[in-house]
Amino acid sequence: MEIIMSVAIGFLFMAAVYLMLSKSLIRIIIGTGLLSHGAHLLLLTMGGLGGNSPPVVADGVKISDYADPLPQALILTAIVISFAVTSFFLVLAYRSYQELGTDNMDLLRGTEDYE
Amino acid sequence: MSLVFLIFLPLLAALFVPLLFKKFGKIHTGWFVLVVPVILFIYYVSLLPTTVTGGTLVSEFQWIPSLDISFVSYIDGLSLLFTLLITGIGALVVLYSIFYLDKHREQLHNFYVYLLMFMTAMLGIVQSDHLITLYLFWELTSISSFLLIGYWYTRDRSRFGALKSMMITVFGGLMMLGGFILLSIMGDTYSIRELIPQATELVTHDFFIWALVLVLFGAFTKSAQFPFYIWLPDAMEAPTPVSAYLHSATMVKAGLYLVARLTPIFAISGTWMWLVAGVGLFTMFWGSFFALKQKDLKGILAFSTVSQLGLIMSLLGASAAGYHIDNIAETTFKYAGFAAIFHLINHAVFKGSLFMIAGIVDHETGTRDIRKLGGLMSLMPISFTVAMIGAFSMAGLPPFGGFLSKEMFLTAMLSLMEFDLFSMDVWGILFPIVAWLGSVFTFIYSFYFVFHTFAGKHQPEELPKPAHEAPLGMLISPVFMSLLVIVIFFIPNLVGDWLVKPAVLAMQPFLYNSPDDIKIHVEAWHGFKPEFFMTLGIFGIGFLLFWTLRKWQKSYDRFPDTLNALYNNIVFLSDTGANRFSGIYMTGFIRSYLVYMFSFVIFIVIGTLFLTDAFAIDLTNLAPVGFYEIVILIALVGSTLTILLSKSRLTGIIALGAVGYSVALFFVIFRAPDLALTQLVIETISVALFLLAFYHLPQISRKEERMRFKLGNALVAIGVGVMVTLVALASHSQKALPSISEFYKETVYSEAGGGNIVNVILVDYRGFDTLFEIAVLGIAGIGIITMIKLRLTKKEERHENK
Repeated sequence: MEIIMSVAIGFLFMAAVYLMLSKSLIRIIIGTGLLSHGAHLLLLTMGGLGGNSPPVVADGVKISDYADPLPQALILTAIVISFAVTSFFLVLAYRSYQELGTDNMDLLRGTEDYE
Repeated sequence: MSLVFLIFLPLLAALFVPLLFKKFGKIHTGWFVLVVPVILFIYYVSLLPTTVTGGTLVSEFQWIPSLDISFVSYIDGLSLLFTLLITGIGALVVLYSIFYLDKHREQLHNFYVYLLMFMTAMLGIVQSDHLITLYLFWELTSISSFLLIGYWYTRDRSRFGALKSMMITVFGGLMMLGGFILLSIMGDTYSIRELIPQATELVTHDFFIWALVLVLFGAFTKSAQFPFYIWLPDAMEAPTPVSAYLHSATMVKAGLYLVARLTPIFAISGTWMWLVAGVGLFTMFWGSFFALKQKDLKGILAFSTVSQLGLIMSLLGASAAGYHIDNIAETTFKYAGFAAIFHLINHAVFKGSLFMIAGIVDHETGTRDIRKLGGLMSLMPISFTVAMIGAFSMAGLPPFGGFLSKEMFLTAMLSLMEFDLFSMDVWGILFPIVAWLGSVFTFIYSFYFVFHTFAGKHQPEELPKPAHEAPLGMLISPVFMSLLVIVIFFIPNLVGDWLVKPAVLAMQPFLYNSPDDIKIHVEAWHGFKPEFFMTLGIFGIGFLLFWTLRKWQKSYDRFPDTLNALYNNIVFLSDTGANRFSGIYMTGFIRSYLVYMFSFVIFIVIGTLFLTDAFAIDLTNLAPVGFYEIVILIALVGSTLTILLSKSRLTGIIALGAVGYSVALFFVIFRAPDLALTQLVIETISVALFLLAFYHLPQISRKEERMRFKLGNALVAIGVGVMVTLVALASHSQKALPSISEFYKETVYSEAGGGNIVNVILVDYRGFDTLFEIAVLGIAGIGIITMIKLRLTKKEERHENK
């Protein structure tokens, strides 16, 4: 399963990078969203996908049967942080639409007399 | 009195100069400054009896003891000679500047601060025995010279000259620092005194030739040798006292000092001898040849300084021959070192006086253009006499000091013909020929300088001011120096015994044990030898050529000024060229920068994977593949493809939501309930936010279009994807250590009193992460509010460049 997941994560990264290289601001943010999904899944996969029961103490479950809780805690923290950054980024994009009237990255190059 | 602190005396005095200028404005500030070099000169003269017998004085002040860096003042014959030149000519120059610079119009506080700073720097160079502090003072001369050349900073030419001299001398200084560091690595000491006895071992070291060449870079740039002399003519924009002091008598001799000081270390090498003697002699010829092209009085003197410095440099190089000859005291090879030091004294004296005369002519007629000058002989008789004495000494006429040094120069160059090492036996014949040619041109430009200024027809209508003799005060220093020129001719052996021989001893310590061992007696007349006929030739041919100068001087226009053009091109290229180069890759598009970053990451990661043979796949220990996982995976890949291919951005946003929910489903399948919950909630909010941003898109760009396929982007993206997959596979297959999660699983209830292991990790075992993740969320919230509420730009359209 880990091998299939690795390939899928590679695919997510590929799509994310392709979107980040595009011209439209909103596609770039979609790309970052995909990139964080890929990173979270990578964390989970690298921790190992074994374990038969969720990491909540229950009677009659052997210690080795719990899924690894540490990657899950790390991913939870990462999800919240990426959410904070994404929402900030989105509002930034929204404000720049309002002020600058464009979402084309090719036009967002500083002012004309900058040279 | 500690010798080290005397070095800093001028710098200390400089602190009080602005105060004296503001408080005692009625008295010319120069009078106060004059005290400093006079006191120093008198003190240093009292040290002469020590060095004349070969004695030395050392005084040390620890600066950074842990790095073995200290200020060491080491007084021997060589450093005392330079010290006396610096303080003596310094005093005369300050006296001259009192009458040259107007106390009401000029910014004297700046001038004298720079000058005193320079004096400290020069004293530091010639007395330092420590390589690092020597370099410190070396750069201080570059900086203070830069400030002095740019003294009239409102003029374009001054700023250009200051910058040019700074660029070239600092370039050389940095090279020299490299050489010094190599030297200290080779010899394991920073002290020149301790390096000298190791000379025979150093010469076999791998770094030796590097150190030699790098140190010579420093000496050649500072002493204006070919091809680095080009800064010196442009430095003539400085006030004349500065030109007289820095660019004839002291700073340009710092390179000569360095070569003389390090001769005992490097002279064993043939490269040293060839470079120093060859470059010096070529510079001597080149400088004297182009001096005749100049129309500006100070320009002629600048090229003449270049030429004379080359002469001294070639003698220093020739003195290296002494290290390869047995019984040097009985051969003619002994003359080179002596002649170098002797001419160094002569040159400082007559060139200082000539610069001062050029300043007087400029001051009293308003121009330095030699084509407008002429016939000043009867109007300025004293200046004329001084100029004539100085120029005749420069040309090598008797009865002036220059005659004696020129004779010894010819002797030394002739002796090189008999030297049979380093293929000198083949090329040695060139040395006396080039030296003779250079001497002829020296003779011509000396006459050109004097007679085209003072003789001929007076043209009052060409001059900005009516010409008249300078005030007495301005004449004191040049008259005094010209007297010295004559005195040196009549008492050369006194000068030799007291100043030159102790300096030669410092330069050639392996050959002599005390100054008395140097058996040289300077005579004005030494029979019908080859030197005598060469001198006759110089006078005869030189006089003939000078007589016909007006006929052939125009042919100089045919020589283009390639070296200055080269310098200008290098400066231009390094400025606009670098600009253009960065313009090529700094496109301003985020896309380009992302491509650079991603391709570099791909390059180094995949490169490392294969170079270190780190890739491996281990198929054991894998979780089983289940049906649901495959279904969710298909959903995930499908929605990702939808994002990439969709025409509408709305579809893209919804597909991103689908990706997020399938990730949440993965969390369910892989037994992570907390993650699944959080992911569901957050994905919902994110999609709502995306829709908000989409809704507010400006009307113009609402035009939906499919993302156009770009091969470059696709290649980079595929590269990143492949890289991540490879790294994931390789790292999963090669786990080195078991997880530490067993500890959490075992102790979650007994130690922390909780049942949900993930939550206990978040708030108990690793609570700090959570604290700062809350901070991140808070900051993002505050940031969003600020962005929406704070509208400062509405007031006025402003831009920093407007």
